[in-house]
Amino acid sequence: MTCLPQKTDRKLGLVIDLDTCVGCQACVTNCKEWNTGGHMAPLTDVQPFGPGADGVWFNRVHTYEVATPDGDSRTLHFPRSCLHCEDAACVTVCPTGASYKRAADGIVLVNEDKCIGCKLCSWACPYGAREYDATEGVMKKCTLCVDRIYNENLDEEDRVPACVLTCPTGARHFGDLGDPDSAVSQLAVQRGGKDLLPEMGYRPTNKYLPQRAKADHQTGAGPLAPLDETAGATGVLAWVDRMLTRAG
Amino acid sequence: MSFPAPAENDGVDTSPAVADDVKTTTCYMCACRCGIRVFLKNGQVRYIQGNRNHPVNKGVLCGKGAAGIMNHLSPARLRKPLKRVGPRGAGEYEEIEWDEALRTAADWLSNIRATDPKKLAFFTGRDQSQSLTGWWAKQFGTPNYAAHGGFCSVNMAAGGLYSIGGSFWEFGEPDWEHARVFLMFGVAEDHDSNPIKIGLGKLKERGAKIISINPARTGYAAIADEWLGIRPGTDGLFVLALVHELLLAGKIDLDYLVRFTNASWLVRHAPGTADDGMFVRDDTGRPMVWDASRDSPTPYRDADQPDLANEHQIEGATAVPVFKLIAERYSDSAYSPDSVADRCGISAATIRRIAAEIADAAFNHAVSLPVSWTDTHGRQLETMTGRPVAMHAMRGISAHSNGFQSCRALHLLQMLIGAVDTPGSFRYKPPYPKPVPPGPTPSGKRTQPNTPLGGMPLGFPESPADLLYEDDGTPVRIDKAFTWESPMSAHGAMHRVIANASAGYPYPIDTLFLYMANMAWNSSMDIQGTLDALTAIDPESGDYKIPHIIYSDAYASETIAYADLILPDTTYLERWDCISLLDRPIGEANGAGDAIRQPVVEPDRDVRPFQSVLLDLGARLGLPGMVNDDGSPTYPGGYADYIVYHQRTPGVGPLAGWRGADGARSGKGDVNPEQLDRYIENGCFWHEEIPASARYYKMANRDYLDWAVSMGFLAKAEQIVLQLYSEPVQSFRNAARGHGSHQPPDNLRDQVQRAFDPLPNWYPPFEDSKTDTLRYPLHALTQRPMHHYHSWGSQNAWLRQITAQNRLFMHRDTATQLEVSDDDWVWVESRHGRVKGQVRLVDGVNKDTVWTWNAIGKRAGAWGLDGEVPEVTKGFLLNHVIPEKRSDGALSNSDPVTGQAAWFDLRVRVVKAQASEAHEAAPQLEAISPPPGQPPRPPRLDYGRAFRAKIGAE
Repeated sequence: MTCLPQKTDRKLGLVIDLDTCVGCQACVTNCKEWNTGGHMAPLTDVQPFGPGADGVWFNRVHTYEVATPDGDSRTLHFPRSCLHCEDAACVTVCPTGASYKRAADGIVLVNEDKCIGCKLCSWACPYGAREYDATEGVMKKCTLCVDRIYNENLDEEDRVPACVLTCPTGARHFGDLGDPDSAVSQLAVQRGGKDLLPEMGYRPTNKYLPQRAKADHQTGAGPLAPLDETAGATGVLAWVDRMLTRAG
Repeated sequence: MSFPAPAENDGVDTSPAVADDVKTTTCYMCACRCGIRVFLKNGQVRYIQGNRNHPVNKGVLCGKGAAGIMNHLSPARLRKPLKRVGPRGAGEYEEIEWDEALRTAADWLSNIRATDPKKLAFFTGRDQSQSLTGWWAKQFGTPNYAAHGGFCSVNMAAGGLYSIGGSFWEFGEPDWEHARVFLMFGVAEDHDSNPIKIGLGKLKERGAKIISINPARTGYAAIADEWLGIRPGTDGLFVLALVHELLLAGKIDLDYLVRFTNASWLVRHAPGTADDGMFVRDDTGRPMVWDASRDSPTPYRDADQPDLANEHQIEGATAVPVFKLIAERYSDSAYSPDSVADRCGISAATIRRIAAEIADAAFNHAVSLPVSWTDTHGRQLETMTGRPVAMHAMRGISAHSNGFQSCRALHLLQMLIGAVDTPGSFRYKPPYPKPVPPGPTPSGKRTQPNTPLGGMPLGFPESPADLLYEDDGTPVRIDKAFTWESPMSAHGAMHRVIANASAGYPYPIDTLFLYMANMAWNSSMDIQGTLDALTAIDPESGDYKIPHIIYSDAYASETIAYADLILPDTTYLERWDCISLLDRPIGEANGAGDAIRQPVVEPDRDVRPFQSVLLDLGARLGLPGMVNDDGSPTYPGGYADYIVYHQRTPGVGPLAGWRGADGARSGKGDVNPEQLDRYIENGCFWHEEIPASARYYKMANRDYLDWAVSMGFLAKAEQIVLQLYSEPVQSFRNAARGHGSHQPPDNLRDQVQRAFDPLPNWYPPFEDSKTDTLRYPLHALTQRPMHHYHSWGSQNAWLRQITAQNRLFMHRDTATQLEVSDDDWVWVESRHGRVKGQVRLVDGVNKDTVWTWNAIGKRAGAWGLDGEVPEVTKGFLLNHVIPEKRSDGALSNSDPVTGQAAWFDLRVRVVKAQASEAHEAAPQLEAISPPPGQPPRPPRLDYGRAFRAKIGAE
């Protein structure tokens, strides 16, 4: 079995705002296009133009309707990718050391040269974040764009994961969640960022910002009072006359 | 901020080389036209990223744009010109050389042009080069030209242009920075895709309230603070109830109404006369108001204290201010929340609360920016103050037979509260606003052989005299645009062309020339009727009733099988293009912009960009402007030459940036031979900011109007007065009442009288009266997923993995009543026909409405797909059950003002399929053969393998 580092220098990860995600799939396909030529290339697609098309994706967005406490329902778009857990079961379960967590930044990666495709890690991950490439016979997964975030061949402002770079609504944020002063840590605190399945004890690095309660958004405007309960258009026109005369 | 690369020593290359070259261009994965950076490695596309500097997308890219590689490499790409060798629809083709293809087309077209140019019907679908294609049609001499606007959102465009000189999307946008309340009506999520998403993110960040008014709770509605699941076709009624509430409470902006709208203009009240309802004008045609300070009629521009509230007698006639008509109309209890609630499916209490929230934002939280400006009266103001209530609407309102008036109702609401181009509200994007009505009028009467039209075929009628009838009363156009069936059909009526051409009504044509519109599938109502029309044979001649069909597209769509001659286009990464201010502009409220596409990769097939092919054909036909005096082509370098060298009027060309011999001029200026180089250096776009003092109140802001004139956007720096009351609309109504020399036929008089109300009105969608609504109680709609653009998405190896089957979304309570369970197969039946699909039960839909994703269903054999894919076996199109007229006597399923296709008027019932019936979509049309030369479908795709840089491999 594979060991996790005692501690990591940074805890790089994502903060994903479920109150702002419109489910547009931009992060999904941008991740695909970057990573199919990136560190774990290719992200193979099987029967791409036939029935049963199936491919490797590091990031997927699901849409659900969820019940709200007031008995109503809301539509929720839920992006799902590796959470780069601090106690990553996908690492500890790995029999070959292929699955590992980097000590420097906390990113969970797979060394394909060591991976035997046993899929234990995908069984261990409760988040469904592992993607087996049957053609290649190895397990693949989100790299947090390890080949982008430090890449000196990219403009500095582009050194973020592809999903963050492209998100049209700005619902995805990248940074060091180990630094309490970082923008992502602050955002997670302000908005009540949540761990996914905290009861599993894997201590995910990524945080999800919950949908805001609807009640927060009522403007508090009182009801409109008619100018004149009985006069209708006549009342409106008389008021207009008074207003304009005063203005004149 | 980025992190320094740590020394992990795990062998991971954290700084691989990404590209040999990065080229900028413009996306074409939908109509949004975002700037992109294309990373190229070894001559292949490694990665497509949004261009951070681009005014449209500011660096982001949507799900479609980021999947562009897979459209570019689609196995459905056409590879070579084709000519039909079997019967139409069978898909039997032979590859031919370009020379033969172009000679064939030129032969057909030159014969038409030399005899009767109208016999060419040239319609161009989702064309982003309409300033070229429209001009080409004009030079050819056929009035039968339009793009797809008639079946898309012409109601939105026309409703806006005839009211406020602008509209949504390309014409204007919400003030994302300052809005406090945002109302979003029925938005198709690919219209202004990224700007809306960016804007919603900004609103969320600021805590503004987002209200979605939409029968379906899809993407944008899902993050709204409030979702109002309105009944389809009742948006106008809902809006007019808001107007009712605001009026009676005095929550309107009187100062704004006086200064910027025609609220004070006097309307002649003279029932039974020809000028009833027309404005009172002086001898020079200036509209008059009653000036209370002078106690006399005075030209609007000169009045000090216009009277809004009282009628006056002028030269023996009664004259009523527009505002008085508005107050009388909408304060009526017919527009009260209680009266409309049931029809809208929104409670009266909710309507009242929304009205109160609008009033609260507008009048208790006005936004004031410390920016001084000068209005067209020369008044200097120290601040720009506005009403932070923003609105956006699109096809949901548009695609109904009452859509024009519903769109106008929305603009009426905006004007009444002072929420047009004020801080926090809606903002024009230059070159808008334009004068109202926008002009010019359409051309096309009395065409002559070998002669260009006198003007552009599409335009904006101002009165019945501008309709397009020949002297003998025959409609000028094959689509009957600009006739009494749809007088203000500013974008034409592409959805009526095939039926009319096949019926020979109003006259037979010779050649139907289509570009990039899937008319044999998801872009037509009544698909089987359309296919019958495309294949109908004239018993006398034995030839097809539409003798020739030429089609240009990049991909093997369902429509390919019905063409006689196919001109294969390039993908968007292989071509020059211009996103021109003469066409559908890009840009944003703080500046004007345009853009180009440049080829970033070379085609690996024998294909040519359509626009260059069109110019080549133009030269072969000797069209004026496309050939020199010696007969040589004016644009031998194709579209790229045209983009640089063409001048529509002196100094005005397709691109506004870097004009003049030295490239120093914007807007107007001489040709600059190095213009494209300047665009490429700047990221393939041009953007010029409006001066700070000119960014709001553009319709009456002296600095803005002067700037717009200097750029060539406006002819004169005169105030554009917003039109609450539309005089051009009234002129058509008067004709229907029996006045003037241009009157509708008797069978259309009632329709015209009712629809041409100079103040926004509401009437039930026409389909309600044509359908037994007890038998067909449900409304049926389509929406587009944000990750597919019409039918293009299914050929994309990545996008089709996200959605390959569309479900019929139905409310759980409705399903319970119908004894339908989740995942059941059901028949959706209309008065016209039925389709079978699979349901998905949801809470987030109006209970009287079912809906599905548009254009996911595919015909077997098309789009490079295996015939057994879910798109074919399980995907279905509602188009099959949408009725459209197929005979001369019936009226089109369209808005009676603009001719907009009324897709969303559809009424249906849902019946559970029998247990014995196949779990398969129906109808299943016979498979079409793919074109010859298509590559085999790969069993596996490992795109990107070649880009991977193995450590130590180099």
